[in-house]
Amino acid sequence: MVTAKRKVLAICFTASAMLAAAGGVTANSELLKMQKNADDWVMPNGNYASTRYSELNQITANNVKDLQVAWTFSTGVLRGHEGGPLVMGDVMYIHTPFPNKVFALDLNEDGRIIWKYEPRQDTSVIPVMCCDTVNRGLAYGDGKIILSQADTTLVALDAKTGKKIWSVKNGDPSKGETSTAAPMVVKDKVYIGISGGEFGVRGSLTAYSLKDGKLVWRGYSMGPDSDTLIDPNKTTHLGKPVGKDSGINTWQGDQWKIGGGATWGWYSYDPDENLVYYGSGNPSTWNPVQRPGDNRWSMTIFARDADSGMTRWLYQMTPHDEWDYDGINEMILVDKKIKGKMRKALVHFDRNGFGYTMDRITGELLVAEKFDPAVNWATHVDMKTGRPQVVAKYSTHQNGEDVNSTGICPAALGTKDQQPASYSPRTGLFYVPTNHVCMDYEPFEVSYTAGQPYVGATLSMYPAPGGTNLGNFIAWDADKGKIVWSNEEPFSVWSGALSTAGDVVFYGTLEGYLKAVDAKSGKELYRFKTPSGIIGNVNTYMHNGKQYIAVLSGLGGWAGIGMAAGLTDPTAGLGAVGAYASLSDYTQLGGTLTVFSLPD
Amino acid sequence: MLHFRLSKPILLATLALTYSITCYATPSKADYKSFQPSPDQPYYFEDGKVDFGTYNGFRRYHADCHVCHGPAGLGSSYAPALIESLKVMSWGDFVNVVISGREGRDNMIMPSFAKNVDIVTNLSDIYAYLKARADGVIGANRPAKFPKVKKLIADK
Repeated sequence: MVTAKRKVLAICFTASAMLAAAGGVTANSELLKMQKNADDWVMPNGNYASTRYSELNQITANNVKDLQVAWTFSTGVLRGHEGGPLVMGDVMYIHTPFPNKVFALDLNEDGRIIWKYEPRQDTSVIPVMCCDTVNRGLAYGDGKIILSQADTTLVALDAKTGKKIWSVKNGDPSKGETSTAAPMVVKDKVYIGISGGEFGVRGSLTAYSLKDGKLVWRGYSMGPDSDTLIDPNKTTHLGKPVGKDSGINTWQGDQWKIGGGATWGWYSYDPDENLVYYGSGNPSTWNPVQRPGDNRWSMTIFARDADSGMTRWLYQMTPHDEWDYDGINEMILVDKKIKGKMRKALVHFDRNGFGYTMDRITGELLVAEKFDPAVNWATHVDMKTGRPQVVAKYSTHQNGEDVNSTGICPAALGTKDQQPASYSPRTGLFYVPTNHVCMDYEPFEVSYTAGQPYVGATLSMYPAPGGTNLGNFIAWDADKGKIVWSNEEPFSVWSGALSTAGDVVFYGTLEGYLKAVDAKSGKELYRFKTPSGIIGNVNTYMHNGKQYIAVLSGLGGWAGIGMAAGLTDPTAGLGAVGAYASLSDYTQLGGTLTVFSLPD
Repeated sequence: MLHFRLSKPILLATLALTYSITCYATPSKADYKSFQPSPDQPYYFEDGKVDFGTYNGFRRYHADCHVCHGPAGLGSSYAPALIESLKVMSWGDFVNVVISGREGRDNMIMPSFAKNVDIVTNLSDIYAYLKARADGVIGANRPAKFPKVKKLIADK
């Protein structure tokens, strides 16, 4: 019923969007310029290409050892703090996990509060958020700060006063629909996805009018072409048209209606192609036996027209997921020589452990290689069909319900989760925070109830064989598909990386360290222990002629579930703490912004 | 089978009765085949193995509960460690909280699982698993198990 209503809405709005486009929407190029100003940090991943690279070079590989704390700020919330600050001129904007406070801080006065916004949200949304009440940040556009609250309310605040300008509800938490993502603004629209793959929601990306919050278009991850905004003849998968209703015909019956494919990750944008890029998450349930077929378009990279929402191309990385390898990680857009030819490339480090390099105009698959040697669930990706070659003994479907498939790498956390990587054009390398965790996975039958968990599998996770480290921080060559250097980390690296023209790469660790490493060699140059574990993303900005580094601390997120309690070791009992020493020995909950600079 | 249109109080009463009914089963020598769970002895443990119900509790727990309460009941940054809670929590309290939900400190929310078939039909198994964890009988790993026993219904 609700679905049918949405469908009609989607069609109407698509039609109106096309009309509007034909009428000539004036492009708002403000952000195109602002993202190039290295002094500011105007979007969560630094720029539309999501490179998390800054041209600032006051802090260098030589002097970063002298870095010190300039000022700190407590958010007053003790939950997982993902995402990071935005900076524009003299003002920094930060956000918190539930209750999703927003602060505008005055950089001229060490972060004195200019305004604060705290929405009133029903606490009933908390338990339907699968993995902590995180929020990955804010968007800016046309004088407004855009926040996507946990309860799926998208709200636009006056950047100067914090006053609410408009708000709109993007989903229904009573059905398990929640929000954790940072919105993206392009021209006159705001884009936002939805979370809830563990509750059988149907994922979508929705464009709202930046001016008044009116819905412009919504493209679902699955369903008929009118819902998915897929053209059966023009939309391609690895160069071939996908055909009619591709979002339905790889599902059994009506299962697509609760098919998952949530869109809770990051969004990128290519202004030349006018395409928005993002990935969809796991199909629901986690029990693959209950949902035969490829389950399109879960686990898929989408390239949608920013104006109309129509899909130009798709690529399904993990057809018929059997491991919870959501495809939502960031899409990094770089122009680069790949296999001897200049390409407008898209580089994506997937949960499934493969680092993909694609042609972002055509959707052609160029490189697909493992970015952690531990990855074992597939031998390789067939470059013709794009399909991973699944190893039978790690196939939780082939092994079947009620059978525990063991030793699968990576674990459901993925070789990398949402924590965004960085690309430095100076070294040509990608800097990737990774997990080095494997799992046992036993699927079993579950029933669907709206608003209730729809999981259907039990997992145990533990460090990959041959070591005790649960994470690595790596440098990756996206042309060769090879790791250039790799630093072991005792825990998963759950913090977004930053690279700079000073040839320094920054990232945070779960123990709470902010680390700086040499972009060329990976050699550690600096570390400072912040008050809590870092799952936030590092940024940098310039204020009054001085370069600053900023990061949010606050342990939580999925990392806060398993890691905080200590992972299970499959070969020994609970007593085998030792190498798997609990994270709680290092850090506790927190919610602090730490800002660093060089001494005067 | 439980009827899911039951009102919450009736559902609670029904669940609370589940054990009192099974308690009337013929007492026999301790053996996994004849084992009947009760609030006092919800799990069976012998030679490092648990009864299948307790094992099923492990599975169900790690499907629906562990995302908040952490692996093996160890807790997380936003929900309590159930291996501690179950040291003081009775079967009745446990049922009450899972079915009715409750609001705890620091914005912690335990939702009601009354409508969740996967939880309600496996509640005594989940309790057995967590109780075995709280009692220190089994570790954090996947417990070894005895085979499934087809339970005879109402042999009194």
